Amino acid sequence: MAVAESAHEHHDHHEHGEFIAHHFDTAEQQFDSGKLGIWIFLVTEVLFFSGLFVAYTLWRYHHPQIFEQAHVHLDKYLGAANTIVLLLSSLTIAWGVRCAQLGKNRAVANLTLITMVCAAVFIGVKAVEYSHKWDMGILVRSAFTYDGTDHHHEPTMPIAKALGVSDWLVTLSIVPAILLVGFTFVSVLMYMTKKPLWAKFWAGMVVTVGGYFLGAFAGHIYMEVTDGGIGSKHAGVSTEPLVLLAASDDKHTSADHAHASDHDDHGHGMSEKQKLDRDIGIFFSIYYCMTGLHAFHIIGGIIALSWIFYRSLAGHWRPDYFGPVDYVGLYWHLVDLIWIYLFPMLYLID
Amino acid sequence: MATAEIRKELFGHAEQTNYLNHSRGFLSWALTLDHKRIGIMYLVGVSAALIIAGIFALMLRAHLYYAGGTFSDASWGLFQVDNARYNQLFTLHGAIMVFSFIIPSVPAALGNFVLPMMLGAKDVAFPRLNLASFYLWIVGTAFLVAALLTTGLDTGWTFYTPYSIRTSTHVVYATFGAFVLGFSSIFTGINFLVTINTMRPKGMDWFHMPLFLWALYSTAIIQVLATPVLGITLLLLMAERFLGIGIFDPDLGGDPVLFQHFFWFYSHPAVYIMILPAMGVISELISVYSQKRIFGYTFIAFSSVAIALLGFLVWGHHMFTSGQSVVMSMIFSAITFSVAIPSAVKVFNWLATLYKGSILLTTPMCYALSFIFLFGIGGLTGLFLGALATDIHLHDTYFVVAHFHYVMVGGTLTALFGGLFHWWPKMFGRMYNDFLGRIGCLLVFLGFNLTFFPQFVMGSRGMPRRYATFDPEFEIFHQWSTIGAFVLGIGIVLSFAVLVYAALYGRKVTGNPFGAASLEWQSSSPPSFHNFDHKPIINDPYDYDSLVYDETLDTYVLREFMDPSQVPERQPVSH
Repeated sequence: MAVAESAHEHHDHHEHGEFIAHHFDTAEQQFDSGKLGIWIFLVTEVLFFSGLFVAYTLWRYHHPQIFEQAHVHLDKYLGAANTIVLLLSSLTIAWGVRCAQLGKNRAVANLTLITMVCAAVFIGVKAVEYSHKWDMGILVRSAFTYDGTDHHHEPTMPIAKALGVSDWLVTLSIVPAILLVGFTFVSVLMYMTKKPLWAKFWAGMVVTVGGYFLGAFAGHIYMEVTDGGIGSKHAGVSTEPLVLLAASDDKHTSADHAHASDHDDHGHGMSEKQKLDRDIGIFFSIYYCMTGLHAFHIIGGIIALSWIFYRSLAGHWRPDYFGPVDYVGLYWHLVDLIWIYLFPMLYLID
Repeated sequence: MATAEIRKELFGHAEQTNYLNHSRGFLSWALTLDHKRIGIMYLVGVSAALIIAGIFALMLRAHLYYAGGTFSDASWGLFQVDNARYNQLFTLHGAIMVFSFIIPSVPAALGNFVLPMMLGAKDVAFPRLNLASFYLWIVGTAFLVAALLTTGLDTGWTFYTPYSIRTSTHVVYATFGAFVLGFSSIFTGINFLVTINTMRPKGMDWFHMPLFLWALYSTAIIQVLATPVLGITLLLLMAERFLGIGIFDPDLGGDPVLFQHFFWFYSHPAVYIMILPAMGVISELISVYSQKRIFGYTFIAFSSVAIALLGFLVWGHHMFTSGQSVVMSMIFSAITFSVAIPSAVKVFNWLATLYKGSILLTTPMCYALSFIFLFGIGGLTGLFLGALATDIHLHDTYFVVAHFHYVMVGGTLTALFGGLFHWWPKMFGRMYNDFLGRIGCLLVFLGFNLTFFPQFVMGSRGMPRRYATFDPEFEIFHQWSTIGAFVLGIGIVLSFAVLVYAALYGRKVTGNPFGAASLEWQSSSPPSFHNFDHKPIINDPYDYDSLVYDETLDTYVLREFMDPSQVPERQPVSH
């Protein structure tokens, strides 16, 4: 937010510190402004997510049985692992802020790198979770084709066959793979053209993207070993007894909310079970919206962290100038915090 | 003699480069971080949006001149306005006016220019964020225009589900445009909040700020707290259209009324984003052109905050007929009435400021007085709509249309013009033609009333809004309204012409030609790149006795720098 350098105001720099923008009087004023700015930004982020939390609350209230039915498809062990990964990343960035305050740039660089790797591991695990569900047809409401059997599609892509993973996981990994190759190439190029700072930076980005594959690999092995995950116990759950409940619940809500009723003139020719399965799609709509938006924030966080990583390598932080580490750190804690809410709300309902 | 030299040094402002000419070329504007240039660019942008959407408005009014629709006939060819085309016209008129014009008009254009200078600061806290906000405005507006140029848009500016999920027009372009414009608004809000908090000069505490800053601060609170909710709402609407997530779509088990709740949770506070900065402008104008301390400073200041906070609790009054529970409607209705209190506090304080002031009927003051009159009507008719029983009758009629146009156009547009005329000499260092400016104001005032007052009458008689054709019994009202719209259009064009001519060829003015006491008038006109050549001398923004006219410099200077023997007790203000 409060970016310090001012490109065209060099004549001011003799009286200002190196990174104090021309319109601030003191370093303290600049820091306070940035800090207030990032806190206000975080407030807007909370409100941005609030719409989804309201949607969650409403549907949970109106269709509790769907939530109980559907959440068993989410693997709580993978979710817990991701929670630990994110908590660890929050620890490292908080530590990094402290090191920046002390001017220990090298330590900030290392800690930021660990934070980025954790973020990438999180995305990798999420890719395994998403691809596993998509493979079974557990998609958003309108595309929901899950039929209650854990039928997996045989992979068709040659590389998916070779690795023994699903087509979806390969598709999701295409961009990280391109980034991995590209970053490696740039890093080597920088090393050969004797730009050690950039070489280090891009090497760090290679390690970061490597975190994605680490997460995806670990998640995939877990799925293989446990045959679809021990945390998701859907195999043994029958949906039959819930059909009646769901039907009566729909009558109840349609009396309250005539406009919200969908079962009167739609879904002809569907069995009750098919309708329930389709309604479970609403849970997954909310699940994909919430976790998807959160994943976008993780990716945005990685980009912001990479900026901190570069400036740490360049040795910019001093006891009187460490604001950006603090701001990005605060953002990262918020992203972590949102996951701390999402995990129990989506995975741990009972 | 020493004092004369100091005066000259402090208030004389020798010829020098200013923010307009210190660098040249397209890139020096496109990449500028200077809040004054960004403000000017915003001004150009929102004026373009006003013109586009204003042309739509005139087309709508021309079509409604005859009960059967003036352009309904197929013989109009390309210009034929059938019902579908009519829907697109009023939708884009509303969407562009609301999202691209009114919301950024006063805060982002005038506020950007004036806010840091009122604080005696060099810039806003985050100049890059400020520039980013402007570019997001361009991107968002481009998407709205893209929707216009491709398939049009026929949902109304409110994008109500389920129709916005079903229609074949490019709702996604328009919603994405509004989504991006929302972030533009958030960025401005963050900037203003932080700037006012951390960049006030020593000696200016919260209660010695100009009231325009209180208004902008309250506006920024709403921008920051409400706009993200619009963001997620529009994102969900796009996901609904692309993916069918089933949250709003009743076919998939979704709740379309939830969309209305989400939408109005933003869009009602957004009404106050539109009107609060305008009220701030009026507080300045009334006080300066009465040359009298603003009456009830703290009441006006806190009424801005009160409106901002109460504004979050009244969104349900847009949904009295949506089937929400009666208890909810009653609560929303009661809170809606309570918003009238801080609004009335402002109006009474303005009137009390006028009382025994030495009133100058310059162009800005004329606009300020029309604001009080028009906002009075607009605000009071809001109470009819906030009352449950009458709202059921008036809902979705021209009464509603007339009400919010009295607030949005009679209020915000009028205040924008008043503010432009007031700060124009500061922005460009040149004076406008006051006579023509007042003629423009008169045309705006008369044209506006002629346009919208008949709409109250036909609305209360049952003329529904958004209809391309109507019963012949309403024709006479529609015809007055159409004539008024064109008079209003001429008034706006004339006002713009006066301003543009002044910026290019007007008589040059000095730093403080109006005897205004807030800090921005201590800079030269136009201000230098860093705003102030000297650290501004912090004084009471409403203490007009602290200023005296200095003939040698042809500007108002602080009394303490004058030789006491030369200063008369109280000088009449003229220019």
